[in-house]
This record gives sequence, C-alpha cells and structure tokens, in this order.
Amino acid sequence: MDHAIYIAMNGAKQIHLAQASNANNMANAATTAFKADLAQFRSQPVFGPVYPSRVYAMTERPGVDLSASALQPTERDLDVAIDGEGWISVSGKDGKEAYTRAGDLQVTAQGQLVTGTGLPVLGNGGPIALPPYQKLEIGIDGTVSIIPQGGNAAVMAAVDQIKLVNPPKDQLEKGDDGLMHVKDGQPVSASPQVRLLTGNLEASNVNIVEQMVQMIDLQRQYELHIKLMKSVEDDGAASSQLLKLG
Amino acid sequence: MTTPSLWIAKTGLDAQQTQMSVISHNLANVNTTGFKKERAMFDDLLYQNVRQVGAQSTQNTTLPSGLQLGTGVRTVATEKIHTQGNLIQTGNQLDVAINGRGYFQVLLPNGDVAYTRDGSFKLDAGGQIVNNSGYTIDPAITVPTGAQSVTIGSDGTVSVLQAGTTAPVQIGNIQIADFINPTGLEPIGENLYRESVSSGAPIVGQPGTDAFGKTLQANLEVSNVNVVEELVAMIETQRAYEMNSKAIQTTNDMLGFASNTL
Repeated sequence: MDHAIYIAMNGAKQIHLAQASNANNMANAATTAFKADLAQFRSQPVFGPVYPSRVYAMTERPGVDLSASALQPTERDLDVAIDGEGWISVSGKDGKEAYTRAGDLQVTAQGQLVTGTGLPVLGNGGPIALPPYQKLEIGIDGTVSIIPQGGNAAVMAAVDQIKLVNPPKDQLEKGDDGLMHVKDGQPVSASPQVRLLTGNLEASNVNIVEQMVQMIDLQRQYELHIKLMKSVEDDGAASSQLLKLG
Repeated sequence: MTTPSLWIAKTGLDAQQTQMSVISHNLANVNTTGFKKERAMFDDLLYQNVRQVGAQSTQNTTLPSGLQLGTGVRTVATEKIHTQGNLIQTGNQLDVAINGRGYFQVLLPNGDVAYTRDGSFKLDAGGQIVNNSGYTIDPAITVPTGAQSVTIGSDGTVSVLQAGTTAPVQIGNIQIADFINPTGLEPIGENLYRESVSSGAPIVGQPGTDAFGKTLQANLEVSNVNVVEELVAMIETQRAYEMNSKAIQTTNDMLGFASNTL
C-alpha cells in the first residue's frame, strides 16, 4: 500500500486541529482581553532505518498574539485596562502567580480585590485586601486608595498597589487556564512603567476577518488532502483494473 | 468524532446568545426607574494539551512548541453596573432619588428587607409610604391624615405640614443602605435587590452623611442604560454570532466533502 494516503489523511487530521484553534479564537471574539492563539504547521519527517522521504504535517501553537486591542469605555470605577504593554498579576487557581490583561475587577464581601473570574489580584505583598471603605480609587500606576468607612471624606489613604509587570514577551506562554505564565515559573518583579486606564476594558484582540480568511484557507487545504486520498483510491482502482485486463 | 471545531463554535454561539439576551433585557428596561444595566462577561475555557511542548521529536531533539487547543468560551457572569442614572424632575412630592451611593430599604411581605434605587413612592390606605409594589419602606413612615404637604430633605428627613398650622412636623427619617460590593447584590425583580454573600452586609445610615448619597425630593433616577451603546453591542454580537455559525458551516462542509468525495 502506498503511504501517500496516510500522509494525506494525517494532513486532513491536522487541519481539523488547526480549525479547532481557529474556531476557539472566533468563539472568544467577545472575551475581555482575550489574546488570540496562533497556529502553524510544522513538517515532521519520519525518521527510520531508511531515507526519511515521508514528511508529515503537524499543527502547533507556537505562541499567542500579544498585541494590545481596542479599549472599550465602561464608566465603571473598578474596570481597568492596561495602557500599552504590561500585565496585571493575579494568583492562579494553582496558587502560582499568573498574568492577565482582563481588568474587570470586583471586591468580594471580605474586601478582597479579585478579577471577574474570581482570582485574587496581587499587590505589593500578596493578594490585595481592602478594609471597609466609602470610596475606592485605582490610580494609573495601580495604587489602590480608599476613604475608610467613617473617615474624613477629603483624605484618601493608599492601601496597596496592584502588581503590574512587564516580563519579556518571549518569556510568556499561555497556560491551560488561559492565563499567561512565565516559562521558568518564577514571580516577576513589578514594573513601574506599566500604566492603567480606569473605566475601560480591553477588547479581545481576535481579528475576526483574518480568522475567517484563515478558516476558508484551511477548508480548501482540507479539500486538497481529501482529493489526494481520492486520487490514491483511484490509482488503486486503476491498478486492479489493469491486472483484470491482463 | 474528532471535530472539536464544531463544539468550540457552538460555545461561541451560546455566548453570543447570552449576550443578546442581556442586551435585550437592557433595552427593554430603558425606561425603568432606577434600573441598572447588566453586562455579560466572557472567559476562555480551559486549554487541552494535545501535544506537550518540549516532547521528544527524535532521540536527540525536542519540539520547540506544542499544541494547546482552547475549548471555547463561557459566560462567567452577568453583572449589574451600578453607575448613577440621570435624575429627572417629576414634581411629585413622593418621588425621591438618591444622588450618590446607597439604596432605599423596603420591607418584603415575608419580613426580609430588599433594596432599591427606585424612589417612586406612594401612600397606602393607612398613610404609610410604600413603593410601587405596595411594600412599606423600612423604617416605616406614616403620613398623618390631613397633611397638606410632605417635604423630604436631602438628609432623608420627612416632615409634613398640617392644615391650620404653620410649622412643619417631622414624622420620620428615610434611611438608606450601602454595600461594599454593590455588584454582588442579587436582583430579584420589581426593581429590587437582595443582600447576598458577595455583596456583604448592608451599612445603614442617614442620607448625606459619610459616603451616602443625598435624597432629592420630586426627582427620579432613570435607567442607566445607554441606548446607543446597547445598539453598537447588538451589532457586534450579531456579527460575532454569524462568524461562529460560519465556522460550524465550514466544518460541516469539510466533513461533507470528505464523506462525499471518498
């Protein structure tokens, strides 16, 4: 049996995976501060005792599109977006430090500052806890200041500062939880250059037109692979026909 | 069948459908007194590690990047945005608006206290101040019969002018409640909210003191829904829905092509 059909079959299978990655980007076109996954194909020769003439395709996620996206004004005091580069540090579900740009912050009844998904936001020394307050302000450098309950309305007291970081982009990778992590897993130190904009949220950076074109492109490639399988099938049929005549 | 893209696109359709319901709800309540707009928040679902990065590609080499496939999107919350709505003058002496933080307290028939920003109060047969649903405000205030006019001060003081007298008599105080996390209040319909675990306990006080807003008589707070914003969101949602259904159609076409061609 010719191996061509297996190579074509594998190609079609890998395109299904790429299509899944593409569909995930499109499904998250409205997710706050979502960063699109990139997909690429790698040619993977099959090594063995003979010359590696068979080259299979392999879908990979080489990384994430880290470009910033449009800001959507929301007028809510606790919505923050990062102006330019940088990340907000949160404590992931596994307790390790992780990074996100989704700044739809909430305050729990216990006074903890958390993200919209309930992950504690990290400050100078761990999760940020707020005493009962009348008013809360988040400054452009992440400083969280409050007027304490029953306190003087004219005096704002700084409680903590949201840990804003800007690790090198090649150190970042998206984890299984959709948050960004640094590759060595070590907490990054805060960067004073990162700026916040309150009353705004960052939109998803999925370029929906690009994803559509990508989807059509993948569909056509898939059809080529199927056609190839069909050709191999036709070839096989032709050979058996030849033998029949003989 | 290994066609994850079909199911991923389906989660996208679900999310956009939820978004559309939220937008419709906001638009339907554009004229509801004291209504606070809602918004749906989305979050990407967990990633599947199809191929681990750093796996061995040969004896001596490793793959520089793996394959992690996302599994779509989910609606993580629909939350109320408790920003101040515009105040409009109605001239009705029992209409009260709060300018700033705080909620009026009303007593539900079951004895629980509910909270509202809707201050279009009325009087019941017994002269008690009640809201549109007939629930008395807490603490209860009774306007005596024969009262000529009711005055509600910016600190919530309610006083009446009796026929034949010149000095107004104070009959009670409207108290308002505030929460550490108003977003956590549970909306229960009828413009009312209920305290929840995430809202925290109510902090009750006099309007105009501490961080509490001031009460404004003869005013009502209108819905904080911004119609233009909702319409833009609706267009965006519709297009995102179309794109996701296109993804389903494309995957379907691919499978159809395979089964027809082979």
